[in-house]
Amino acid sequence: MSEQQTARPAPDPLTPVLSDTWDADRSWTLASYLDRGGYAGLRAALGQDPADVVATVKASGLRGRGGAGFPTGMKWGFLPAPDGGPRYLVVNADESEPGTCKDIPLMLASPQALVEGVAITSYAIGCHHAFIYVRGEVLHVYRRLLRAVEEAYEAGYLGTDVLGSGFDLDVTVHAGAGAYICGEETALLDSLEGRRGQPRLKPPFPAVAGLYARPTVVNNVESIASVPSIVARGADWFTSMGTERSAGFGLFSLSGHVTRPGQYEAPLGTTLRELLDLAGGMRGGKALKFWTPGGSSTPLFTDAHLDTPLDYESVAAAGSMLGTRALQLFDETTCVVRAVSRWTDFYAHESCGKCTPCREGTYWMKQVLARIEAGQGTEADLDLLLDTCDNILGRAFCALGDGATSPVTSSIELFRDEYEAHITEHRCPFDPAASALFDHTPRPARVLTAGVH
Amino acid sequence: MTTTTPAPGTGSSAVAPSGGAATPPAPADQVTFTIDDIEMSVPKGTLVIRAAEQIGIQIPRFCDHPLLEPAGACRQCLVEVATPDREGNVRPMPKPQASCTLEATPGMVVRTQRTSAVADKAQHGIMELLLINHPLDCPVCDKGGECPLQNQAMSNGRATSRFVDVKRTFPKPIAVSTTILLDRERCVLCQRCTRFSQEIAGDAFIDLQKRGAAQQIGRFDEAVLDFAPPAGEAPGDRPVGLALEDESGLPFASYFSGNTVQICPVGALTGAAYRFRSRPFDLVSTPSVAEHDSSGSAIRVDHRRGVVLRRLAGEDPLVNEEWITDRDRFAFTWQSAPDRLTHPLVRDREVAPDGTVTRGELRPASWAEALEVAADALTRARDAAGVGVLPGGRLTVEDAYAYAKLARTWLRTNDVDHRARAHSAEEADFLAHAVAGSGLGVTFSDLEKAPAVLLVGLEAEEEAGVTFLRLRKGALRHGVRVFSVAPYASRGLQRMHGTLLPAAPGTEGEWLDGIAAGDRVRTLDEASGPEDVLADVSDALRRPGAVILVGERLAATRGGYTALLRAAAATGARLAWVPRRAGERGGVEAGTLPNLLPGGRPVADPAARVDVATVWGVGAADDPHAGLPTTAGRDAGEMLDALSVGQLSGVLLGGLELDDLPDPAHARRALEAADVVVSLEVRRSAVTELADVVLPVAPPVEREGAFVSWEGRVRRFPAALASTAMPDHRVLDALADAAGVPLGLATVEAVRAELDQLLDAGAWDGARVPAPAVETAEPPAVAPGTAVLASWRLLLDDARGQDGERYLAGTAKRPVARLSAATAAAVDVFDGELVRVSTDRGAVTLPVVVTDMVDHVVWLPMRSPGSSVHATLGAVPGDVVRLEPGSTDGGEGA
Repeated sequence: MSEQQTARPAPDPLTPVLSDTWDADRSWTLASYLDRGGYAGLRAALGQDPADVVATVKASGLRGRGGAGFPTGMKWGFLPAPDGGPRYLVVNADESEPGTCKDIPLMLASPQALVEGVAITSYAIGCHHAFIYVRGEVLHVYRRLLRAVEEAYEAGYLGTDVLGSGFDLDVTVHAGAGAYICGEETALLDSLEGRRGQPRLKPPFPAVAGLYARPTVVNNVESIASVPSIVARGADWFTSMGTERSAGFGLFSLSGHVTRPGQYEAPLGTTLRELLDLAGGMRGGKALKFWTPGGSSTPLFTDAHLDTPLDYESVAAAGSMLGTRALQLFDETTCVVRAVSRWTDFYAHESCGKCTPCREGTYWMKQVLARIEAGQGTEADLDLLLDTCDNILGRAFCALGDGATSPVTSSIELFRDEYEAHITEHRCPFDPAASALFDHTPRPARVLTAGVH
Repeated sequence: MTTTTPAPGTGSSAVAPSGGAATPPAPADQVTFTIDDIEMSVPKGTLVIRAAEQIGIQIPRFCDHPLLEPAGACRQCLVEVATPDREGNVRPMPKPQASCTLEATPGMVVRTQRTSAVADKAQHGIMELLLINHPLDCPVCDKGGECPLQNQAMSNGRATSRFVDVKRTFPKPIAVSTTILLDRERCVLCQRCTRFSQEIAGDAFIDLQKRGAAQQIGRFDEAVLDFAPPAGEAPGDRPVGLALEDESGLPFASYFSGNTVQICPVGALTGAAYRFRSRPFDLVSTPSVAEHDSSGSAIRVDHRRGVVLRRLAGEDPLVNEEWITDRDRFAFTWQSAPDRLTHPLVRDREVAPDGTVTRGELRPASWAEALEVAADALTRARDAAGVGVLPGGRLTVEDAYAYAKLARTWLRTNDVDHRARAHSAEEADFLAHAVAGSGLGVTFSDLEKAPAVLLVGLEAEEEAGVTFLRLRKGALRHGVRVFSVAPYASRGLQRMHGTLLPAAPGTEGEWLDGIAAGDRVRTLDEASGPEDVLADVSDALRRPGAVILVGERLAATRGGYTALLRAAAATGARLAWVPRRAGERGGVEAGTLPNLLPGGRPVADPAARVDVATVWGVGAADDPHAGLPTTAGRDAGEMLDALSVGQLSGVLLGGLELDDLPDPAHARRALEAADVVVSLEVRRSAVTELADVVLPVAPPVEREGAFVSWEGRVRRFPAALASTAMPDHRVLDALADAAGVPLGLATVEAVRAELDQLLDAGAWDGARVPAPAVETAEPPAVAPGTAVLASWRLLLDDARGQDGERYLAGTAKRPVARLSAATAAAVDVFDGELVRVSTDRGAVTLPVVVTDMVDHVVWLPMRSPGSSVHATLGAVPGDVVRLEPGSTDGGEGA
């Protein structure tokens, strides 16, 4: 990746842009944001034709930072021609994937970056009412966003006649009720409309009939927050970072058995080896056993993938997905069955219930994995898990069902012997306490009994 | 069941031979594609699953229902699909697709489970997943034997289960209402029931709750959903029985909830009355027609060894689609009620030398004796002051015809009237002018696509249930604008997004005259509300295809039908008469009206009389009674008046309910005064106690016949049960035989042979009766403490047709009195308090629901428990009644 960074005299593996202001005193305030040059992007954008702003973002090659990596500018271009009716921008801030923890720190430390991005994007797509849908559990983030929007209104960055440009924009911050499914864009829209959060039938896609059946752009927090810097510094600056097809920078969230977990903002295409160097290596010098490149819904990697460039294409070529760059690292003390079982518990708990494969499949896999972990599995259970994953993958209504199968299939593929050890030894060969940072007190197992409600 | 198997041959099957070079190019709106290598052409927008049905390929499904919006929830109908890309290369889609949500596109290549291992594997996988949390209690489940899940598990599932873990369970069952029970653990969460209640009926009472495997269909339960109960008392429309709350937090009351039981593809929703009663494979099914309203809904009657156990909606896309009201579904026990008459009864009278008559007790008699007694008595009465015929409004067209013929021939009178309700001569003229003999007029399909529909004197949901559903469908899907001339906007009107044209009873004509005037001058000042609405409805009704539906209640408004015909003529809107009872339209066609002979022939028209006399073979010149009676007869009210003063000697009744009549007390006195009362009845009634001869007749389930629906559609049905009970026309035939005047209507074939000559194709094509021209009456003065009475029958009320169905009775609406805030304040009653509505005859005391409605009007349910408007008040809508605060300690009756 170093050859990409021609602009820098000494190649620095980090490119702090979004996180550049995080070390400022009270970085979340508007004053602090303005001190670091905030809202230059909005001023630049308001001086241009909206179509030029869209063109800039298209030229930057910015891809959606919410996981799927769809080109952001192209998404904006899908909106039908204005018909006089409203069109909406909805920011997906419902970050809930296990391991994914980039948007919440971003909104906590630098909410104005998001607000500025919302203003620029709204101007670009002709939206006069934007919504930020925040995960309901993160009350502190919700409050900070509310305050940020309030400050922006007071300073004239939002409201009627933004910065004297004649452009009007209202922003509503909406707290969700805590459902993973509401990170799926159409479920988010239903939830935002006050309905039960379940994915919608597509087509029509949100660009045609989204919020209140009007043309709608749904973008991730990080995507929108990246827009101001692109508009202020230009598409060329952005494409100078990252790879050809995965341009720019991104937040890499390291968590798990790592010495210094946290957000590392680096160009796309960096490697885990470089990031681990920055993060002080694995905790306690233990060996890396497996890791997720982009959250729990992406197939597992092992230490064989330490040098895989973390861009969309390379990760996909290696059999996984870049996802949300949520790098959860697990060392040699970790029982993979245990980890996968917990993830599957999450999917079973968060399945929205709309479609059969996700609802029933996760319910079943959760029980089978719990059985295997407890040493009560059979050899046939492994084939059953793989077959059930096959019956879910590509059969579910939305992508969340597919995501639930990734850890199961990839872990059996990579660590089948470990699963078999649980089965043949009738117990878990690992000590859960060994992998824990804190003293681990196992909870008494809940006995599942038929007919008990 | 109606839910699993596509009916073979439905729709236009356009199967072209595969790969045939001679295939003609598809028209622009057609899409040509292949399913399992069979090339076919369907209209653009057709779903793949529907297209597959057309060529006999059944794709398993649960959530899919042709009349509901696609959901794509169950994923059972997955198929493998390839589509051409821009260059025309057919590329497979990466994932199997749900065929219930996928529209066919040109060149698409679909492979179902028949030709694709991927699709087959996907379907087996889904089926296995559906079954892991299903209790597999088929042996004790109502649905076992007719269950789409059971059937498709056999056809598209694994032979054995790999599931050894713990199933999700729930406490059994939830009583959603008194009629509907929900066993959540059987539910496959297809959402058919919730979509039905939202999309079709519009009275959502159950919805999805929770998520994942804990997701369940549920009622509105604050404990589950963490909602606060709604503040204050919910307004109106509360069911009688215990009921859970609907999604708005109001107690659930739906007239259509039974449909959810039928479309449930598993045994999760069951009907309380049928639950655990029977196995489907023990049932004998007969297609039939519902007898409870004039819509002519197709139903299916299921019986086991002569006992009807349930009724289901039949499929008739032209009429009721697949939906029926709960009354049509559940109210069938009246036909086998304990008070069924099984043998003739005769009452002896002793005439003392001084002329006083002592009426004896009814005693069982043989048919021969009863017929002879009745024939003799009626002949004597005919030769005295004459005999009137009151056949009621619930007869088949065959029966009505027999009454009409018997009256005109043997009894030599036009004194025949089936209208056991408020009626008028104006109405009879309207029916003769605009309805009788007009054949199939406005249809359900017309309603669905009409630009605007005006309801006058008709509360569609209460008085013609499935007509309401079709109007609502039109309003939601095709933008039909519904207007209703009524005192208040009922929940039914609101659910059709309808517009109220507020009118007190008796003043409907003002709106109709305004509509007829149409291009009246707008006021110069700010357009007031009603002006705008009037301009709106006037314009809407002038659009081609607009329809006016008029109910029988307009008869109580003097000049109402006159104004209606003027409005219809001025706007060009088509007109349809929607009576409540199943036999009303058939009676009009068969000639059980004082001014009408069969086929819409005016009594007063000599040519019409000749027509009928020819078919009937009467009219020998040397007979002083040759031909048919020439003068119009008395209507029902006049007949009762004549009986009470001796201007009529006898009366022949056909299933007449005294309490249906506008003044039951007067009718009772009239029957008591009659020299002879002969009654044909299914069950003992108030009339039985006044009759001299009672002849038992068969209920619809035990005979064949036909109703004529309000559309003018002849709805034939066969006998569901073998029975020795005789239909009315056969009893009348025997009675006429006993009198020596053969009627020739012993068999249904004989009746239909004559009907064929006189009705439909044989209907009157001569001059019609001129339109009625009755001046509108001035609205009555409403003194302080009084109000104009508004009232109509509710779908579920005290009707004898609902006897024996306690579960259904629990879903009836609680009787309330409705007043506007101003009217309530004027008599000093508050919302929820009691109001006493009285006449000189009696009083009804009910809780008040303050409603946004016309002032100086009180609305009461016409015949609900505690609110018998005719019997207690002796009043009809439009009468002025007194209002005062009520108290719980009585005041009922006079």
